[in-house]
Formats: sequence, structure tokens, C-alpha cells
Amino acid sequence: MRLLRLAVLSLLGFAACGWADDRVAYAPVPKDAPVVLPRDHGAHPNFKTEWWYVTGWLQTKGGPVGFQVTFFRSRLPFDDGNPSRFAARQVVVGHVALADPVVGHLEQGQRLAREGFGLAEAATGDTDVVFGDWRLVRDKEGSFTARAGTARFTLDLHLRPTQPALLQGDRGYSRKGPGQDEASAYFSMPHLAVTGRLTRGARTETIRGEAWLDREWSSNLLNPRSVGWDWAGLNMDDGSAVTVFRVRDAQGHPVWAGGSVRGADGTLTLLGPGDVAFAPRRRWHSPRTGADYPVETTVSVTTPAGTKHFELRPLMDDQEFDTRRTGGPVYWEGAVEVDGGRGYLELVGYGGKVNF
Amino acid sequence: MARPASLSVAHRWLLWSEWRAYPGRALAAVLAIALGVALGFAVHLVNASALGEFDKAMHSVSGSADLEIRSANAFGFDEMLYPRVARLPGLDVSPVVALSALVDDKIQVSLEGVDVLRAGGMGQGASDGGAEGLADFLSGRSVYLSAAALSAAGRKVGDSMTLGANGHAIQVRIAGTLPSRANTNAVTMDIAAAQWRFGMLGRLQRLEIRLAPGIGTAGAMRMIRAVLPPDAIVTDTASEAARNDGLSAAYRVNLDMLALIALLTGGFLVYSAQSLSVARRRAQFALLRVLGMQRKKVLGQVLTEASVLGVVGAGAGVALGLGLASLALNLLGGDLGGGYFHGNAPQLVFAPWAAAIFGLLGVGAAVLGSMVPALAASRILPALAIKNAGDAVDPRVRARPWRAVVCLVGALLASLLPAVGGIALFGYVAMALLLAGGVMLMPWLARALVSPLRHVPLRHVPFRLATARLWGAPSQASVALAGIVASTALTVAMAVMVTSFRGSVERWLGDVLQADVYLIAEGGRGGFDAATLERMRKVPGVAWLGVLKETPLQFDARRPAVTLLARTLTGPGGHLALMGSRITVPAGATAVWVSEPASRIYHWKPGDTLTLPLPGSPKARVAGVWRDYARQHGAIVMDEGTYARLTGDRSRTSVSVLLAPGANSDTVVAGLRSAVGPGGGGVTVSRPQDIRRQALEAFDRSFLITYLLEGIAVCVGLAGVAATIGAQVLSRIREFGMLRHVGALRGDLVRMLLIEGALLGLVGGIAGVALGVAMSQVLIHVVNPQSFHWTMDTLLPWPLLGWVIAGLAVATSGTALVVGRSVLSADAVRAVREDW
Repeated sequence: MRLLRLAVLSLLGFAACGWADDRVAYAPVPKDAPVVLPRDHGAHPNFKTEWWYVTGWLQTKGGPVGFQVTFFRSRLPFDDGNPSRFAARQVVVGHVALADPVVGHLEQGQRLAREGFGLAEAATGDTDVVFGDWRLVRDKEGSFTARAGTARFTLDLHLRPTQPALLQGDRGYSRKGPGQDEASAYFSMPHLAVTGRLTRGARTETIRGEAWLDREWSSNLLNPRSVGWDWAGLNMDDGSAVTVFRVRDAQGHPVWAGGSVRGADGTLTLLGPGDVAFAPRRRWHSPRTGADYPVETTVSVTTPAGTKHFELRPLMDDQEFDTRRTGGPVYWEGAVEVDGGRGYLELVGYGGKVNF
Repeated sequence: MARPASLSVAHRWLLWSEWRAYPGRALAAVLAIALGVALGFAVHLVNASALGEFDKAMHSVSGSADLEIRSANAFGFDEMLYPRVARLPGLDVSPVVALSALVDDKIQVSLEGVDVLRAGGMGQGASDGGAEGLADFLSGRSVYLSAAALSAAGRKVGDSMTLGANGHAIQVRIAGTLPSRANTNAVTMDIAAAQWRFGMLGRLQRLEIRLAPGIGTAGAMRMIRAVLPPDAIVTDTASEAARNDGLSAAYRVNLDMLALIALLTGGFLVYSAQSLSVARRRAQFALLRVLGMQRKKVLGQVLTEASVLGVVGAGAGVALGLGLASLALNLLGGDLGGGYFHGNAPQLVFAPWAAAIFGLLGVGAAVLGSMVPALAASRILPALAIKNAGDAVDPRVRARPWRAVVCLVGALLASLLPAVGGIALFGYVAMALLLAGGVMLMPWLARALVSPLRHVPLRHVPFRLATARLWGAPSQASVALAGIVASTALTVAMAVMVTSFRGSVERWLGDVLQADVYLIAEGGRGGFDAATLERMRKVPGVAWLGVLKETPLQFDARRPAVTLLARTLTGPGGHLALMGSRITVPAGATAVWVSEPASRIYHWKPGDTLTLPLPGSPKARVAGVWRDYARQHGAIVMDEGTYARLTGDRSRTSVSVLLAPGANSDTVVAGLRSAVGPGGGGVTVSRPQDIRRQALEAFDRSFLITYLLEGIAVCVGLAGVAATIGAQVLSRIREFGMLRHVGALRGDLVRMLLIEGALLGLVGGIAGVALGVAMSQVLIHVVNPQSFHWTMDTLLPWPLLGWVIAGLAVATSGTALVVGRSVLSADAVRAVREDW
């Protein structure tokens, strides 16, 4: 799952402060098979928060680079019935980042706006998220087109599914904590075949690669005890896909953990809190924020077939992403590789508790 | 080696002896230059300081936007323009709702509804209240106030207050301050809340645009213009500055011209003083040349003398100007009472370049004033000059006016040329040429005016002597006359212009103020709504009630907005006084009447069709032109019913009432106030006589600086006349001795000097008044229409003109008399002996 709530969450953290008559009643995630495709590729405006999270590896002439194109939608906790087209009901956030070891740190761009005017909007029914000239849209064949960039680079990507969607948890109902209703609707699309163009300055090159799309929506996600979380999604060369996550408390102990392993043959194994363990091997100290991120971590996954250890190694150490400008936290979101696979690792809450 | 050294000693000796002998003259010359430089520099400094303040204010308002799309009217443009512009490549667009609002029903503020959620919007400001504050802000329950507005309202952060705009009022909490707009009265709230709470749904007043790197302003403007509706305009920061600059450019140029005129008058004074000094010392110079001094050295001597006087005078003038400017800024404000700028007096900004330029102009005036007569003197053979102390011009040679005529013709041609960049440059050139031509014409004119007197068969010896002298020595007389004519002409030109302007304004006020009582809704109140107006109509004693709505309309991005006046045009108080031709607009078409400035600025003529930048971009026909002195940037009158139909706006900013016969105005006013609402607050009641008085007071205040400069010009002129006459009389001591020897009595000579002085004053006065009236016509028909886009009817201030001529005659004859008496008391025999 993608626990990153960003601006959205910090905006939503004050749910209680809306006036009683204006307060929005968020829809809870239904326990029984909350994900129905293809309908659920579209947005879910009645839920508190939602994201489209694309991460992956690209092969460039200069070697491998990691990339991230992310859109968040968030319903504000109050609604005074203002008929204005500007009335702030939904907020859209966009993030884009490129991890190139030659550069040594993330090149990133971020946007935040209230939904409206077709300038920042997430359509229902099918994936069509737009934010100015940034866009993520799903076509009739089921492939995605992603476009985002900054003044330094632009990504123009075509993402073709090679496997069916992976419904996390119980047919898409993914628990996130011990509490009642601490859950999300969650599905992933691993092993997306990437083709497209990467423009840097005046240079445009054709690139190929492999990506991972996470789709998740919820109205009640985190346990109050939690201060951060870790997540990883790995596209294995044999066609299998590994998803792991854990939510940590102030002492670093897991509040909850989970994930899944889907084999190349399509057999899905769900992971419970006892099946996932994170063991840091090496930490990287951020000179900007002073946070110490366990960028080299061994993830142990226990399935009926036995326990497997994945030694995660970062593409580069500095993949810290400061999203405070768009209301999010400072966190580490980076390309990692393991023996026989590649993916992305997300480390949140290492520079102090994430301010919800 | 000894020779140059001895010469320099001679130089110094000559200089010192001259100044020791006549310290008053040196002082007068220094004073004249100082005064001219001081006035010019002071006016310039005040302008520069005021403009600097203006630029600063503009900068803090416009923030960091590169371009701005703004609504051409107060209703705003359709908000769907926002996505159209935002989709253009390379633009970062922030939408803004801008309204004029009232805090607690009393403090005028500018209200901006902004999208706080946009990264790079006002962001920081609203987020320091935390997430909770953001929720309040987004729902419009809290607002941010500038520090200035906060202190004006007497509130603190956390207080509740009433915020009223566009006829709606809501209670809001003050969430914090706006650091970026500390010095203006500003309120910021969420854009959606502003639209909803203040009746602006679907409308925006502004789009602020930042350009991505590599996007040029011109290209972006072109791109935007392609999608821009007629009721919105796009401006860049530069044209914004130009627009505000245009606001006062004409006024500033006018003031600078006045400053130069003061300098010019000082220059003439220096000229006459120096040329007399040179003329008086012609024999001395001739002696020096006979003794072996070269012509060049003599000229160098005069040049040195003039330069020293000029530098001392200019230095004193710059210092004096600095003092004057700071005094004027504190007493009159940055516009010298013109009413263009509001708020605090600006900081005085010292301008070294301007100081240098005005200083150099002062030195130049001194040098020119001295060198012209010195060159003339140096052309005379030393042998002749050493003997003849009188006018070197042969009286039988006729004065030739052709050079003067060229100047006058040039003036006529210049006055026909159009304005340059909104400034009546050629108008001023015409005035300068008129002045130069008039002064050059003086020898000829003096002869022409005096020659009939020579044929008067009067056997009065002093009269005949006086006329003979004035006729015979015209160039010397014209030196004295130059200063008189120049200062008189300038004074008269200004006086005629101001009198004409004031008279026209008075007449116009009479036309405009037809009602008995005026009620004006204060800004932010949203005006009077339809129900209030209906209640007011029913107040007993109201015979007729006319309404008015004033709202700005922007036709041109580079110009200030035109005022749209939607008013009642029927009934006894609804008459609109038109000037020039008018047409009847066909039924069904919308008729508008444009003010004279609007007609001149935008070249609108009766019969033209305009597209009004109102919602829906309606077309209208110009039915006529009306005179207006109130709105320099133009105004358009439209029937209020038509306006209501076009815009749906039913609120009106003011009401004019005609009383029924016998109705008590106080009772009716009380009734009208209570019809407005409980307490009748937010309303100003005026009566036509008050408005008239206030208007004329404002007029006089804005011309205060003109009156001041006029007074100074008169004083400088009279001082110059006295100095000139005095010097001339002093230099004629031998002539008086000779006359005494041939039998003239002392009394005869006194009478001769009296008549001479009076004639000189009269001739100078008449010529000056004539020249001044001619110059005033340039001011009235060229400078004013080109700078301010309005015309006026010439009104001559006859009593003043009479007093100027009489005053000059008295001053000249009086000076001649006083100096003459002291000269004549000396021994006549000794006087003749001076003739070596």
C-alpha cells in the first residue's frame, strides 16, 4: 500500500474543526470486496483520500534511473454548500520525481490545487487525473499514459499492463491497523511495461522500463499511535510481485504490518502482521533535514513456502523528497533493487513524527 | 612670465573693485539666479519624491506577478476565462476576486478573494494559522487583514468584525495579518467564499500571471489577447507603471515648466542687471583696451565675473531649493496640493543629477546674460566707446523686427502641432518662442509706441526730453523692458489661464448642480438598493429624485479607467448640458454621452459606436459630448434604466433630490436618512452650495503653487525693473549735468525722469499684457487640451491686468524718481567734469 498522504492528510487532520452542520460524512470502505474493476480505476470523491502512485525503473543511455509520478485527491472535511465553482471540496496534489545517480539527488516538482475548471480534476468511472499539463489517463485498451515534468525534465510515458490487477488484502479490503475500520480499498498493477520519452533540457531520449501502479482510497487509514511507516513494492524478474508494509509507533515497533506475494503463475499469498519484518542494515543521514533513513534494509517475508529475505539496496542514497511546499512530509521515496528484482521503497516518519 | 601674472592681478583687482563699489548689484544678480534655480529645483524634487513614493506603492500592490488580466469594469469578467488562460503554455495563473469593502461599516479596504490552496499563492500567510485556520479560511469564516487596516479598525488578531462589500455584509474572524501588504488597507479571504458571500458568483476581477522561464512578455500578451473577451484587459508591470505615470505626467510636466519659467525670469533679471553693468563700464573696458588689454581678455574678465556670480547663485539656489522642497512636501504633500496622491507625505529624495542640471542652467543664465551685452560692447571701437557713454546705437537706424517676427511665426506653427506622448511639448515651445519673440520685438515696439508721442505738440520740456530719449535709445530702453515684459507676460499668461479655468469650472458647476440635496453612499456600503430608493422617493417633500451609479470602465490597458455614470436623464433635475454637435440615437440602440476628456482621449465623436466593456459587451452610440472638469481620465453618461437592463445592477451610489415648493430641506434630509436605514449611517448629505465651495476650494488648492510662483514672478519682475531703472539713471549722471548746464532746472529733470519711468512702465506693461494674453491662449487652447483633455472659455481678469500696468508704471517712475533725486542732488558741475 501507499501510505503517503501528503498535503491531503495534513489538510484532513483537522476533521474535527469543521462546523457540525458543514461536516462531511466520509464513506467507509466496505468490508466485502470494495474493489470492482474497471470502475474503480476512476476517482472516489466520497472517500477522504485517494492516490494514483506510479513508480518504476527506466533504462536511459546514462544508465538506470528511478521515477515517480503521483496524484492525490482529497475531500476536505467540511462543505458549506457554497455554489461557487471555486468552492474547495476536493484538493488535488501532484508530485513528480526523477532519481538519477548522475545527479545524486531527486529532481522533483510538486503541485497543489483545489479541484475545478478542468485544470485540476480526477474523473470518476476511469482513470483520468489532470493537473495543468500533468496527466494520468487510462485508455480503452487498459494502458495508461502519464505525463509530468518540471523546468528540468519531462516524462512522457506509456504504461502497458502485462498482468491482471492485484487486489490487496481481502479482495481489495486492506487493513492498516488494529482498530476497527482502519483499512483502505487497495489494488496494485505491478509489472507495467514502460515505453516513452524522457526530456532533459533540449535532449529527448526514448526510454523503456518497468513500473508499478498503486491505487488506494480510504476514509480512515492510520492508527493514532503511528508516527510513520515503511513500504516496498518489488517487480521480480521471474514475474512475481512482492508488496510489504508496516506502520510504526514512536518506539519503532510495528503497529500493523502486511502485504502480499503474487507468484508468476498468479497464485496470491496474503501477508499478515506476523509475516513481515524489516531489519535495517545501513542508515543514510540527510544533511538537509537531519533524518536517518534505513536505506539498506532486509525485508523478511514468511509464506507457507518458507521465509524469504530480500536485501534492499538503493539506486542512490539521497532520494529524500521534501513535499512540505504542498503540505506533505519530508520522506524518502526511492528506487531500490534486490537480487532478481527491482522496485521502490518508501520510508516515512524518520525525521520526527509526521505531522497529521 | 610676468605678463600673464600681472594680467591676472588686473583681473582680480577689477573684479574686486567692481563688487566692492557696488555690492548690491552683485548680490541682486546672485539672488536672482538663486531664486530661479531654487524654484526650479524645488518643484522638480517634489515631483521626483512623489513619483518615487508612487512607484513604491505600485510595487507593493502588484506583488510578483509578471502580467495581469483585469476586468474592465467592477462586475468582473466571466470566471471561465480563468481555465482558458491557465491552459495556455508557460503561464502560472492565480484568479482573484477584488472588491472595495467596508470593515465595521467605517474603514474602507480593498478586499481580495484569492485561492490560498494554490502553491505559490499567498500560501505562507494563511497557513501560519495551522490546519484549523485553513478550514476556517476556506469556508470564509476568517480573513486576513493588513496591519494598516487592523489598526485603522482598532481590532486585533482573533477579533470578530463586520465585512461589507457589494451590498452584502458578513461577520468574520481576523485570523492574522498580511505582511506583504502592511501599508495598505487590505483584506484577504478565500476566493470561493468571496464570490458567494458578496454576490460575485461566476465573476473574477483579476488573473495574476507568472511566466515560466523562457516565456517572453510580448509573446505571452499576444497569446492571451487571442482568448481575451472585450470586458477584460491584459497589462504587464511596465504598462501598469505607465498608466499610473500618465496619471500625473501632464501635471508634473506643467510644474516643471513653471519651474523653468521661474528660472527663465531669473535669467532675464540677470541679463538686464549684467548688461547694464557692462554698459556702465563700457568706458572702463575701452580704457583697458586702449591701455593694451586684448578684446578676448576683456571678454574673459566679464565671463569670469558672470561665472563666479552664477556658481555662487546656483549653489545657493540648490540649497534653497532643497529647503523649499522639504517645506512644500510637508505643507502641501507630494502633488503640491493637486489632489492626485493620497496618504502620507513622501520622503524627500535628493537628486544629484537634477541638482547639477538646474545648477548649470543657473550658471548658464548668468553667463549668457553677461556675455551677450559684453560681446555687443566689445564690437564698438575702443576710441569711440571711451568717449561716448551713451547708447552706441545710432538713433537714425531703424529697429529691425524681423528676428522677432520669425520667432512669433515659429510660435504660431508650434502651437498647431499635436502633443508628444500625452505631453504638450510644442505648446511649451510655442510659449518660449512667443516670449523670446516678444522680448526681441521690444526695441521696435518701444519706438512704435513712443513715436506718436513725439509729435504731440506739447511745449513741455521734460515730456519732450523723456520721449526723445526713449525714442532715441531704444536698445537701452529695451534692456530695461526685457525683464519687465518677460515677467509681466508670464504672470499675465498664468493669471488669464487660471481665471478662465476657474470661471469655466464655476459655470460648469452651475450646470451640473441642479438638485437641492445630494445623498452619497459611502464606499463598501454597496450603494442604495432598489427598495431603499423606493422608500426615499416616498419621503414627503421630495418632488423629484434622480439616481446615479458610478463605476469604472477600462477601455485601454495603458490608460486609467473611464468612469461610467449611469444616471437619471429625465425630469427637472436630469438635464445634461451638451457642447458641440449631438445626434439622435435610433430607437432600440443604446445612447451614451461622453465627457470632453473622454472624447479627446479616445477620439469619440457623436455618431460613433462603442463596445462597452460591460458583461455581454453591449454596443452603444455616442449621442453627444458634455463638459466635465471632474474626471480627467474621461467619463461616459448612460441612462440608469439602460444600465440596469444591461448589467442587472440595481444599486446606486448617490441620489439627487429636488424639493417640493415649501418643503423644509432639513426635514426632508432627515426623512431620507431614515429611509436609508436605521441610523442612516454610511451616507453623506451635501447641498449644492457645499459641493460648489468644496470644488472651488479644491481648485484653488491645486493652483496654490501656481499662485505662489506667480507672486514670485511679479516680485522678481518688479525688483528687476527697479534695479534696471536705477542703474540706468545712475549711468546718466553726465547727461543730467549737461542738461543742467544748458538750463534745465532740477525740477525739470525730476519730471523728465518721472515721465520717462512712467512711459517705460506703461510700454512694458502694455507689451507684457499683450504678450501674456497671447501666451495664455497657447495655455488655454494648446497646453490644457493636450495635457488634460479639456477646453475652457477665455476670461480676462481686467482689474488684475489694469493693476499690473498701473503697478509697473508706478514702480518704474517711482524708482526713477527716488534714484534720480539722489543723483540730481550731486553737484552738476562735478558731474560734467567726469567727462574726461
